[in-house]
Amino acid sequence: MIAELGSFSLMVALAVALVLGIVPIVGAARGNTTWMELARPSARALFVLVVVAAACLVASFVRDDFSVLYVATNSTRALPLRYKLAAFWGGHEGSMLLWLLILSFWMFAVSLFSRHLPLAMVARILGVMGLIGVGFLLFILLTSSPFERLLPAPEDGRDLNPLLQDPGMVAHPPMLYMGYVGFSVAFAFAIAALLGGNLDATWARWSRPWTTVAWSFLTLGICLGSAWAYYTLGWGGWWFWDPVENASFMPWLAGTALMHSLAVTEKRGAFKVWTVLLAIFAFSLSLLGTFLVRSGVLTSVHAFANDPRRGVFILLFLAVVIGGSLALYAWRAPKVGLGERFELISRETLLLTNNVLFLVAAGAVLLGTLWPLFVDALGLEKQSVGPPYFNLVFVPLMAPALFLMGIGPLARWKKASLPEIGIRLKWAFGVSIVSALLLPLALGKWSALAAFGLWMALWVFAATVANLWSRLRSLSGGLASRLRSLPRGYLGMLTAHVGVAVFIGGVTLVKSYESEKDVQIDVGDTVAMGPYTFQFKGVEDGARENYIYGRGTFEVTRNGRPAGTMHPEKRQFVGQSEPSTVAAIDRGLTRDLYVSLGEAVGGTGSTAWIVRVYYKPFVDWVWGGCLVMALGGTLALSDRRYRLARSGRPAIEPALSATAPA
Amino acid sequence: MPSRILPLALVLLTLALCAAGREAVPVGQDPAIERRMMTLAQELRCLVCQNQTLADSQAPLAADLRQEIRELMQKGQSDEQVKQYLVARYGDFVLYRPPLKSQTWLLWFGPGVLLVGGLTALYLAILRRRRLLADEPLNPDQEERALALLSEDEGQPS
Amino acid sequence: MRYLRYLIPLAAFLVLTGFLFKGLWIDPHTVPSPLIDKPAPAFRLTQVADAGKTLSRDELLGKVWLLNVWASWCVSCREEHAVLVDFARTGVVPIYGLDYEDTRDAAMKWLGTLGNPYQASLFDPDGRVGIDYGVYGVPETYVIDKTGTIRYKQIGPITPEVLHDKIVPLVRKLNA
Repeated sequence: MIAELGSFSLMVALAVALVLGIVPIVGAARGNTTWMELARPSARALFVLVVVAAACLVASFVRDDFSVLYVATNSTRALPLRYKLAAFWGGHEGSMLLWLLILSFWMFAVSLFSRHLPLAMVARILGVMGLIGVGFLLFILLTSSPFERLLPAPEDGRDLNPLLQDPGMVAHPPMLYMGYVGFSVAFAFAIAALLGGNLDATWARWSRPWTTVAWSFLTLGICLGSAWAYYTLGWGGWWFWDPVENASFMPWLAGTALMHSLAVTEKRGAFKVWTVLLAIFAFSLSLLGTFLVRSGVLTSVHAFANDPRRGVFILLFLAVVIGGSLALYAWRAPKVGLGERFELISRETLLLTNNVLFLVAAGAVLLGTLWPLFVDALGLEKQSVGPPYFNLVFVPLMAPALFLMGIGPLARWKKASLPEIGIRLKWAFGVSIVSALLLPLALGKWSALAAFGLWMALWVFAATVANLWSRLRSLSGGLASRLRSLPRGYLGMLTAHVGVAVFIGGVTLVKSYESEKDVQIDVGDTVAMGPYTFQFKGVEDGARENYIYGRGTFEVTRNGRPAGTMHPEKRQFVGQSEPSTVAAIDRGLTRDLYVSLGEAVGGTGSTAWIVRVYYKPFVDWVWGGCLVMALGGTLALSDRRYRLARSGRPAIEPALSATAPA
Repeated sequence: MPSRILPLALVLLTLALCAAGREAVPVGQDPAIERRMMTLAQELRCLVCQNQTLADSQAPLAADLRQEIRELMQKGQSDEQVKQYLVARYGDFVLYRPPLKSQTWLLWFGPGVLLVGGLTALYLAILRRRRLLADEPLNPDQEERALALLSEDEGQPS
Repeated sequence: MRYLRYLIPLAAFLVLTGFLFKGLWIDPHTVPSPLIDKPAPAFRLTQVADAGKTLSRDELLGKVWLLNVWASWCVSCREEHAVLVDFARTGVVPIYGLDYEDTRDAAMKWLGTLGNPYQASLFDPDGRVGIDYGVYGVPETYVIDKTGTIRYKQIGPITPEVLHDKIVPLVRKLNA
């Protein structure tokens, strides 16, 4: 019954989405207020209906209703409750429902926080989002319903993939989707502006907070995915340039470019058409990513089980949405005006250079990810493209961006003076270069790559500090009050850039100074790694809710003094052929110690194991940096201009209504 | 008393020695070859677990191929020769770093070309709009407003 | 004319869509063999049934033959085995087996239970010959011609369709 209720709710949702997708947009074209006013209530109704469907699926999991096929394939009676909830998005059908749920959530949010927008614009934005919802609802109802029945119902389910029975699974997909799907708002704003012909600086200002919040979520989502892979996959890696990782990284790159481009368009009314194109790109890459993961077109750890029929449907959907928006762009864009003027040397130019760099980077990742497919489709010899390619191509593209990150915030709008910037930054430049050249020596081994990476990180940090310092210097009062008086948008930008510096520092240090030992070890034996010694105490067996495990014990000492115990595990889940590895990680601000069990050797009676021990300096800075970036985004969002007064209108009114469109 | 201490001391000594244990044995015999093999294996693709490098994969074929590479290196073969050996049997698929040949020019040079092209287009566009915006004369309405504002400035009523 | 510039993103996207569409029908996992139309790697291995007897590639020159890579631990090999046993009875082409990463006992028992379509089965316990042939998964089958050149590789189990559409016509052509 509950499953049928869920299905029914989705069918009604489809009807509502159709209304939402068509009526308000036509209403906006015709100036029909009644039709336009349908947008907000329809969006809210759609949200409620999708929530009901989601609740039905959750209920089926909680009740162990194995007559629902999706529950039977992704859960089992013994599965802990929190993972039964996470199993919602453990398979293809459920994750599509999650996509839809989050899309409708964003629609709901837009319907709430859009009182300052002209009705026609709201109508178009929600209408576009509604159309996207139509596509997903059709896809779910026609090919991927999580509510299909399995009769007769089995006694127990097939269990959630053990790799997914982890806190990472609870947090990563929803956070990632909030970002990924969140770009649909910026996209809808762009399409609405193209449809309405009212593309101007105000449009950019309204778009910005939505883009920033989606970007922040996406940053967090990718960060969580990486941190999760690090401890769950057992070999200490945290980024593999896997197609599905790339699928989430490309929208991030485009989204970063978009955020920076919106700043230029808001300030100068310039490059509007380019910003619109970026908004289309960012969301298109999200959709493309969704396609790549489910179509079976690429090999990946993450890929869901696939079916060419589903692939065709999604591809068709992609063609309509992306093709349609690019066609609309080609039609409307030439008519848009140029905006204000700025010099070749100016903050605007630097921001737009950032755009080119990030977009080319996204293009390179796309090229590398799809290359095997291109080559195969053309009938040529199959090729693989992996980390060696991506690292070689991506790093040189990002280095100039990092360098500019130091200069951009100090450049004046409209016309910047290089000599002035040079004076302000000479200290930052000098300190960062000298420290970068000396630090590797202090850390034990000098390499050009380490020095370069450190320089980039230190440069961004020092330049950001220099920027803040000169800004604070021109104010009066105590430090706290001076900081409080600075616009949050500005502080957010500084924080996010510092986050990047921390991230680059972490990546450089861990890649240049990590070490690994692959050993065969018996009880009582030790492995030494720098100042650390790991003594193996053996592996003891046990059982938990739905798996049996072998738990290893390692006593760690540092320079002879005890430094803790580590317990790597090997877990064998019922019904899985291969055991999973859970690494033991001793985290620290300056280093991680990482131990993972390989396999038992020597046959019965032997207590020896193959074990991998890693020393990873500063690896937590990688995720720390991402968190700081997301914090920066959140800080920027709390800027005064976005704050809503009690009436629901922004505290600071947009400067004109002359640009309010027909 | 002494007769009891000696056996106790011996027992304690033996226990201490057992507790000390030995240094674990590295999986590969020759550390230099091992390091070379693992570095190379990081750039090779496992054919069974196709999302992992040959270095990380636990698949039996991966272990076999790592052993094969060890032996080839011990026989004195260079990294390039080992790669050729594997490519002859499994094709380019096994390389995570695509070889540079005419078929892969687009892959390797594409991003660079795109970067140069993109930056050029950007700067040309900026220069062009600078010119366009500088040359644009005011239209009659704007000119009237400008004059009115200017005369306001000089203290005359608008 | 300048309007054409705005069509570039759409055009690029349509090209991409074309590739993605084609890609839906390609299996990214299969690794085609670079050994097609190249000489079959030489080997000299003992036979599974008799450790005293060896068989080398050169002894098989002058006829068209199939090399079927199998193992007793391989689940999908069972599916194809029945097809092979039937096919061997037709006598169209001799089939030789390569027992990959296996033990003699398990192999003999398996053949005893499921039937033996092979003229002889070669014993490759450490998979070295398999590596030379680019074997990465079991089962795999090679069609080798009279000059000892590999002409076709089947990745995955042999089905009646594969026999009918690919292998038998090729064998006929090579024998002509």
